[in-house]
Amino acid sequence: MTCHDWKDLMMGYLDNELNDEQKLRFEEHLKGCSECASELEEFQKLKEMTDEVTLAEPEDRIWQEYWGGIYNRIERGLGWILLSVAGIVLIIYGGFKAIEEVIKDSNVELIFKVGLLILLAGLAILFVSVLRERIFFWRRDRYKNVRR
Amino acid sequence: MPSICQEELIAMQRCRRGSRKAFEVFVNRYMKDAYFIALGLVGNHDDALELSQEAFIRAFRNIKHVKPDRRFFPWFYQILKNLCISHLRKRKYRHTSSLDAEGCPEVEAQTDCFLPEAVARRNEIKDKVWQAIGKLDEKHREVIILRHFQNMSYDQIAEALFCNKGTVTSRLYYARKKLEELLGAGKGGIPDDMP
Repeated sequence: MTCHDWKDLMMGYLDNELNDEQKLRFEEHLKGCSECASELEEFQKLKEMTDEVTLAEPEDRIWQEYWGGIYNRIERGLGWILLSVAGIVLIIYGGFKAIEEVIKDSNVELIFKVGLLILLAGLAILFVSVLRERIFFWRRDRYKNVRR
Repeated sequence: MPSICQEELIAMQRCRRGSRKAFEVFVNRYMKDAYFIALGLVGNHDDALELSQEAFIRAFRNIKHVKPDRRFFPWFYQILKNLCISHLRKRKYRHTSSLDAEGCPEVEAQTDCFLPEAVARRNEIKDKVWQAIGKLDEKHREVIILRHFQNMSYDQIAEALFCNKGTVTSRLYYARKKLEELLGAGKGGIPDDMP
């Protein structure tokens, strides 16, 4: 075993994560290895330094308002979804009615009506194509159930 | 990271049925952990608060997809970590894409968000250590944060990171080596008179 192979035990020793048997084994190694002993000493100094660093606790107000902030955002999220769905329904309905009016209107020239219908057919094909592609990729997504 | 308990299991079931009140149990239990982990990963109060709250919101929206036997915290940690990493990448992108950022102290100071104010009872050495932690790459920084600031055991860290204990010790070793290097520690280089 080289010194590098002892690094796992060294970290465990430093963080008090070893069982008695592992601890003894590592201490035995330390007695005969000045390189590991010196490295451990450096790590111990570093650990003491990092342990000294504690993060500043925010004001109590932050914790008191924490759940309220989350609750409001969850509620607003639902509001946005409803607003978006309603908007889409109204736009589709309004658009359908407007197109119906144009088609029925005898004053509108035939060429405009034909152009409008071709435009709608193009949009419908694009929509179906994109939707089909999305469904195709979603069904074959190997990672969709990963780490749930 | 507390062990799973009956209260959590019940709260999890109620959350799956859409109970916001039940979700409050998780928020109250883990809000400080979430905030301090985010603070350790992104380095400043405002971003940490925003990202930790956003992680809870995403957790609530997706909790119905979690397997019943999964513990909340390791799953939640993945959401929080991904949000923080994504935030850091956007910040890095903004930093590198801002013209003449390099060599311009004003711009660098604005974009370097690992603020020393995040540290309690500051002194010069603590500031240096905090800045050095901020310079570690993401996977090394997170093990330092989880071990030193969250006092998590190797088993708990391994569970949160979806890896084995060997990977945790290995990452800790290299993270600490890098920290020594960043602090100019080398052989015998770490000051003995630190507080």
